[in-house]
Amino acid sequence: MEFINLYIQEIYFIVFAIFIGIEVISNVPAILHTPLMSGANAISGVVLVGAVILIFNIEPDDYLNLTMGAIAVFLGTLNIAGGFFVTGRMLRMFNQKK
Amino acid sequence: MLTFIHLGYLLAIVSFIVGLKFMSSPVRAKTGNLIAALGMILAVITTFVAVTTNLEVVPTTNLVVLFVAVAAGSIVGKRLSDKVEMTAMPQLVSLFNATGGGCAMLLGLVEANKMNIDAASISHSLLLIAGMVTGAIAFSGSIVAERKLAGKVKDRRSYFIMISARLLLALILILPALYFTDILPIDFTAFIYILAVIAIVYGVWFVLPIGGADMPVVISLLNSITGIATAFAGLVYDSKVMIAGGIFVGAAGIFLTLLMCNAMNRSLLQVLAGKFKKSTGAGSDVEIEVKEISVSETAMALAFAQRVAVIPGYGLAVAQAQHICGQMQQMLEKRGCEVDYIIHPVAGRMPGHMNVLLAEANIDYSRLKEMDEGNDVMEQYDVVLFIGANDVVNPAAETNPDSPIYGMPIIRAHQAKQVVVMKRSMSTGYAGVQNELFGMDNCSLLFGDAKNSLQEIVNQLKLI
Repeated sequence: MEFINLYIQEIYFIVFAIFIGIEVISNVPAILHTPLMSGANAISGVVLVGAVILIFNIEPDDYLNLTMGAIAVFLGTLNIAGGFFVTGRMLRMFNQKK
Repeated sequence: MLTFIHLGYLLAIVSFIVGLKFMSSPVRAKTGNLIAALGMILAVITTFVAVTTNLEVVPTTNLVVLFVAVAAGSIVGKRLSDKVEMTAMPQLVSLFNATGGGCAMLLGLVEANKMNIDAASISHSLLLIAGMVTGAIAFSGSIVAERKLAGKVKDRRSYFIMISARLLLALILILPALYFTDILPIDFTAFIYILAVIAIVYGVWFVLPIGGADMPVVISLLNSITGIATAFAGLVYDSKVMIAGGIFVGAAGIFLTLLMCNAMNRSLLQVLAGKFKKSTGAGSDVEIEVKEISVSETAMALAFAQRVAVIPGYGLAVAQAQHICGQMQQMLEKRGCEVDYIIHPVAGRMPGHMNVLLAEANIDYSRLKEMDEGNDVMEQYDVVLFIGANDVVNPAAETNPDSPIYGMPIIRAHQAKQVVVMKRSMSTGYAGVQNELFGMDNCSLLFGDAKNSLQEIVNQLKLI
């Protein structure tokens, strides 16, 4: 109960986001499903935003948490950079001859 | 300043939507990818500015750690994406998915380390746990999926794994309930680490029993779980851009998961249990008489055809025959013949994988037809070449209710004027059923390695 009262705005937001997500994606043709998936995968790397917030909340001499935070940032960036680069590489292969 | 931060996040969310929207056409998809990438950079920079302006002094250590980690991640990501072979794409996507899940898991753990549990609300702690657990499952599950796709780990379908997996899932649900009702007298940090270990083991157990041909479903599902983990983390940090990004990915993943399940006529639960309907035996004992065809006969049939369709399966990619296939297409097109590719939704190891493999071989994407498009005009094809697949053309899926694959949507190759099946041997496909197509009058088999056979066909075509 407390949860619903606290997060009602977010719940609205999530419901709309689910519908937008499905609406936008259901028009993607089968030939682009792999790039769609790797592109979406890259977008899930937005979790890096959380890691950036986190890393400045850690005391500079708290080495354990700082190390774990650094790994989190590394993994998040790897997800984003790798995801977008590989999607771009795949999409460049889809050509139409004149 | 606050206005700019809000606008930055808003713009990032809009760019994700536009980026995904542009994925619906091959012409605009490149732009879409670029827009989404720019939106992501904007989101990260906005966060950096927002966090650092709130601090009185920005600690140098943290700043250095952040920049080193971001630089390392970008370099490794670029290198991995430049090096990967297109056949290994499913492995790489799984690996990147694991990194996203791992990041979400670590966020949960570090937050728990720093958290003062007495001051935190139960809702907040529950969201933290949810993000950490889903992240951990996506992390270990994706790594196992990657290992399986690379052929390093085999399917394990034992009762021990199936039962303990369910037990672990139950534990993941029950433990938080016990903890928050004060029945479990341990400290929060210890509790969350125990949960993390359980979730990691569950992720491994969850993917291990799933069969190789079901991998497209699993990868899509894991992708969606990472998205959900991101959304949970977004709720913890009250970050709209994380929630939106996570939910879009979750929706995309679920959409593709269900699409793959439908294409195999199996429910998600059947796939997750690693089950396959047992053949009832009826019809499968009947010996099928097949006709063989030689390379020169095949080349002759192709040379005088007006319309040819190629139905590729993963076997084509395994034999590395895409490029030869492209050569054959060019030669046939010079003779005024139209060549289409009809692609079953589950061809390959991830959704749409076969299209990428053919695009890499420089095949015009307007020639890549979806199953339904191909079926509509099947009667017009003079020759259908069926390479490196099996179950996706078995007419039993439509005619024989006893067949294990009954109800699965198929490419109706049997309706074409002539079908040539290129196969290594008479072995059955993943479903373990005989293919009735092979015994039909208009179907003949060309045995041998797909690459060699295609090469010989190309050589013969040069002579005709």
